[in-house]
Order: sequence, then structure tokens, then C-alpha cells
Amino acid sequence: MSEHIVPKSTYYTIFVLLLVLTYTTVQVAYFDLGPFNVVAALGIAFLKASLVVLFFMHAKWAPKLQKLIMAGALFWLAIMFSFTMMDYLTRFLDVAR
Amino acid sequence: MADIASTEAVHPAGLQHHFDSLEQQSDASTLGMWVFLVTEVLFFGGLFTAYLVYRSTYPDAFAVASKHTLIALGALNTAILITSSLTMALAVFASQEGNGKAVIRFLVMTWILGASFLVVKGIEYTTDFHDHLVPGAHFFIEGTNIGHAQLFFSLYFIMTGLHAIHMIVGLGILIVMMYMAGKGKFTKEYHIPMEVAGLYWHFVDIVWIFLFPLLYLIDRHK
Repeated sequence: MSEHIVPKSTYYTIFVLLLVLTYTTVQVAYFDLGPFNVVAALGIAFLKASLVVLFFMHAKWAPKLQKLIMAGALFWLAIMFSFTMMDYLTRFLDVAR
Repeated sequence: MADIASTEAVHPAGLQHHFDSLEQQSDASTLGMWVFLVTEVLFFGGLFTAYLVYRSTYPDAFAVASKHTLIALGALNTAILITSSLTMALAVFASQEGNGKAVIRFLVMTWILGASFLVVKGIEYTTDFHDHLVPGAHFFIEGTNIGHAQLFFSLYFIMTGLHAIHMIVGLGILIVMMYMAGKGKFTKEYHIPMEVAGLYWHFVDIVWIFLFPLLYLIDRHK
């Protein structure tokens, strides 16, 4: 089997990182950073999700075809978000004037 | 008869006949699970899109309403789920080593953590009911448009509720895995069900990793 077995120590390291990031995101939420509150909250969430996908879900060592499928999820999600917001953010503009 | 015996000798336990090797079977199973998870991403994605649309339409009401969510319980649940992801990863690791006893031990830990998450969520929902935060005739929040604030809490209950349903399904999967591990099904060579169950469990964790900042955190400073 070409299966890659991730050492236990990696899992513990990722676990500690995830807890630290959770603590950070909660603390940051109480400071007024203007538009950067959203950026910080979602940035940290994205970082945490990436750690889970890459290490806990073994994506780092996955075959290329599986990586393509994962990228596909992000791609279609981006289409759903961007096309929907293109509509909603421009729908109420007074185009006539 | 001799032929059958020799075929079985090269035919490892757990290998289904339409696959050439356990490696191919494992790759196919994992790929299939990832494809399923893509559909799940888009399933939850629809709700995230709804959240995006209404938050951008009614930012003030969403800010006021989201401050009524219970951040301490939300943070506690985040920590619980992250810990459960660690124990799940360790359960999969144990299955890769063919250590059935350790698999069961870590699965039980994961199950207890998953159940604890649901208990905390239940306490949170109960408090929400008492605080008139459930959309309907008795919904009340001071200082903002009641209708728009109800939109936030409708999304809150649907998104966390759908996530909780996934948790309940996950707990069921864990029980099946415990049963299989108890029967001694998992070996160094064959432990694909554990891999796939792990993928599901971590995915549900990831959904919460995004729900937590969106529902509890981003307007907390206002």
C-alpha cells in the first residue's frame, strides 16, 4: 500500500494550533477593527479549515484526482457566492439615472 | 479446489471482487466520499449564500441580533468539536495500525465529545427559547427591526440545526464503526471504512468552523 501514515505528533500539533486559533478569533472579535473584523474572522476560519482538510483529512497526501475534486467544491461555491452577490449588490442601484 | 484456495490466498479480507487491489479500492472509496462531501459543501453553501444575501441587505439588524447568540457556549462547542476531530484522527491512525482496541477507545471518546456538543447545543437552544429568540409570535429583540432580526435567527436555527442533524448521523456512523472494530474487521491492510468515516466527521467539524465566526463573532465588537 502506498498509503501515507501521518505520525501522531502531527495530529497533536494541528490540534494545539486549532485551539490557539479558536482562542485568537474569539479575542479578536471584541476589538473594533472596522471592515477587518470580517476579514480576520473568516481568514482564521479558512486557516483552521485548511489545517483540518490538509492534515486530519489527509488531503496533503491525497492523489491528484481527489485534490481536483476538492478544488471543484471551492470553485462551484465561489460561483454560487459571486454570481448571487453580483445580482443582489447591484439589483437596487438606480440604473435609470 | 486447489485453484480456489490459491485465489483466496491472494485475495485479502475486505477486498471486493470488482477491484484489482486494496489500494485501488481505497482510492475509489475515498474519492467517492470526497465527491459526496462536495455535494455537502454546496448543500450548506446554499444556506451560507442566504446568510450572505440577508446580512448584506440588513447589516444593522444582523449585528444587533447576532450579539444575542451565546458566545461562551459557541466557543466551548468549537473546542469540543476540534477535540473530537483529534480523537477521530487518532482512531483512524489506530485502524491504520490494525489496533482494534485503540480504535474502539478513540471512537468512544469521539462519540462522547460529539454527544457533549449536542448537549451544549440543547442548552443553548433552551436559553434561546426562554429569551424569545425563536422566530414566531413571541420573538422579541430590542433596538432593531423585529422582522429583519428574525431572518438572522431563522438562519441561525436552520444552519445550526442542519449541522446538528449531521452530528447525529455522525454519532450513528461511529456506532457502526465501533461494531466493525469490535468484530475485528480492521487490519493494517483493510481499514477503508474508518478513513471514510473520518472524512465525514472532519467535514462536519469544518462546517462548524465557519458557522461559529459567522453566527457568533463578526459583529461582537459593535
